[in-house]
Amino acid sequence: MDPTEKFEQSARAISRMMGIIFAMFMVVGGFLVYMMIDPAFSAFRPAPEVAVVVATPLEDDFDKIENGVHIRTGFIEGEGLMTVVNNCTNCHSAKLVTQNRMNEDGWRATIKWMQETQNLWDLGKNEDIIVKYLATYYAPEKKGRRQNLADIDWYVLEK
Amino acid sequence: MNRRKFVQNSGLTALSALIGAEIVFGNAMPKGYIPLGLQDPDPFKMFDKDPEMLVLNDKPWNIESLAHLLDDRVTPNRAMFIRNNGKIPEKVDPAAWTLTFDGESVQSQKTYSLAELKSRFSKHTYQLTLECGGNGRSEFDPPAKGNQWSVGAVSSAEWTGVRLRDLLDDVGIKSNAVYIGYHAADTHLSGDPNKEPISRGFPIAKAMQDETLLAFQMNGKDIPLAHGHPLRLVAGGWPASVSGKWLTGISVRDQVHDGPKMVGDSYRVPCNPVAPGTKVADEDMCIIESMPVKSLITYPKTGATISHGKNISFRGHAWAGELEVDTMQYSIDFGSTWKECNLEAPANRLAWQHFSGEATFPRKGYYELWARAIDSLGNAQPMVLPGWNPKGYLNNACHRIAVKVV
Repeated sequence: MDPTEKFEQSARAISRMMGIIFAMFMVVGGFLVYMMIDPAFSAFRPAPEVAVVVATPLEDDFDKIENGVHIRTGFIEGEGLMTVVNNCTNCHSAKLVTQNRMNEDGWRATIKWMQETQNLWDLGKNEDIIVKYLATYYAPEKKGRRQNLADIDWYVLEK
Repeated sequence: MNRRKFVQNSGLTALSALIGAEIVFGNAMPKGYIPLGLQDPDPFKMFDKDPEMLVLNDKPWNIESLAHLLDDRVTPNRAMFIRNNGKIPEKVDPAAWTLTFDGESVQSQKTYSLAELKSRFSKHTYQLTLECGGNGRSEFDPPAKGNQWSVGAVSSAEWTGVRLRDLLDDVGIKSNAVYIGYHAADTHLSGDPNKEPISRGFPIAKAMQDETLLAFQMNGKDIPLAHGHPLRLVAGGWPASVSGKWLTGISVRDQVHDGPKMVGDSYRVPCNPVAPGTKVADEDMCIIESMPVKSLITYPKTGATISHGKNISFRGHAWAGELEVDTMQYSIDFGSTWKECNLEAPANRLAWQHFSGEATFPRKGYYELWARAIDSLGNAQPMVLPGWNPKGYLNNACHRIAVKVV
């Protein structure tokens, strides 16, 4: 056999084999991708009703607000909310903010303390936005020297 | 707020956003399937805590107990509050754990393995009361910054370990030693590896007490991770923040230790009393040492309704920092009259004491049962808030529960 012809023959064989491997890969790959999207193979079952999940941009849902509360963090909705979320929940929980009540001076002093000792960055123009938001929605209430007992869950004490 | 469900929904949306198309068969995704990385940790399962406890903060973890959950004579892990300044260490290997003594006032630096600590020094067990300096902070007016603890940041468990004093003797300390400061394996919230979240301590005299332990067991078992496994300092009667968890080092200092949360207004109160809301200069603030006299009614739970003619058998615990409680009183008329009730001696020094009594109610109506402890120096719990301080420490006002007689 002509060496050139022999070479061409084996090249064709290799190419054929590559083709088969590629096709198999596509089939398996396609199957796996389908498994990810529809692991229950519902497309092959008579579909009773098909719910359509509309692809909304991620942020819309991630920062959902319900009844005036930012669901993910528990912050009250208001001007400056997202600036607060973006600057005040990286290191610590929003719970550390929402359980506290301070006036403008107090919140500003807290920011300064965090900058001096806790690696908080320079907030620049955002500082005023943040302080205004916090002093508006998380302002102190007068409590006096002793409050009434509240939220009492009454029950019958059996002996 | 159903955060888990929200995360689940947003996960599907995220997937659809990723694909850039509608996921037509989105409803066929297995129900209850949440990608592992998005799973919300259940703190009550993770830390083995009573689900009634209150999560004040989840980064860092701070979880408070309730009065009626603290009814046991020795506090079990299930009801013990969690207080953290930083992140709980992720990898703890007791086999490789070491404790290093250093500082200006050691003869020379010395390191012990955990195994060496356990085998070379004699073990001691004490029941020790640990109360957060900020327990009761939520009541202060003007409000004080920090986790808003009510009454549940206190515990009295049995701690087993070796005496810090025995270690200091073995290391050898110089005559100029005045203070010890601890170092630990927890990490700073900012992620900065060079920052310690907290490094506090106490004077040498406290370090030399019999009951000041380097503990490796709590209630007869390895200390739970959230409470300092595998090694922690336990110095009862002082703000719990001096009892450093995940202990890796002790610095013996020739001056008052100056680690994070030792300076500024942390764990300090005005040296002289101030009017509520006063700004106090750093140099006028003094470090809190012994905690003040205090008590807690742990039975019945607040909100008890009884029929007219029935009595209430109540009980609880009382403690007084470095001191003992001498007298225990209760009132059903907002402190107009006080009656004495039964008080037991502590299991050992610095353990809380148990009180019990029987209250009778003259007629139908709303009552509050108040408890008041008086220490061995005659200091009683105040009925209103004690002296205001910038960070809201040391609220030892009388505990009270609501009672209705019908």
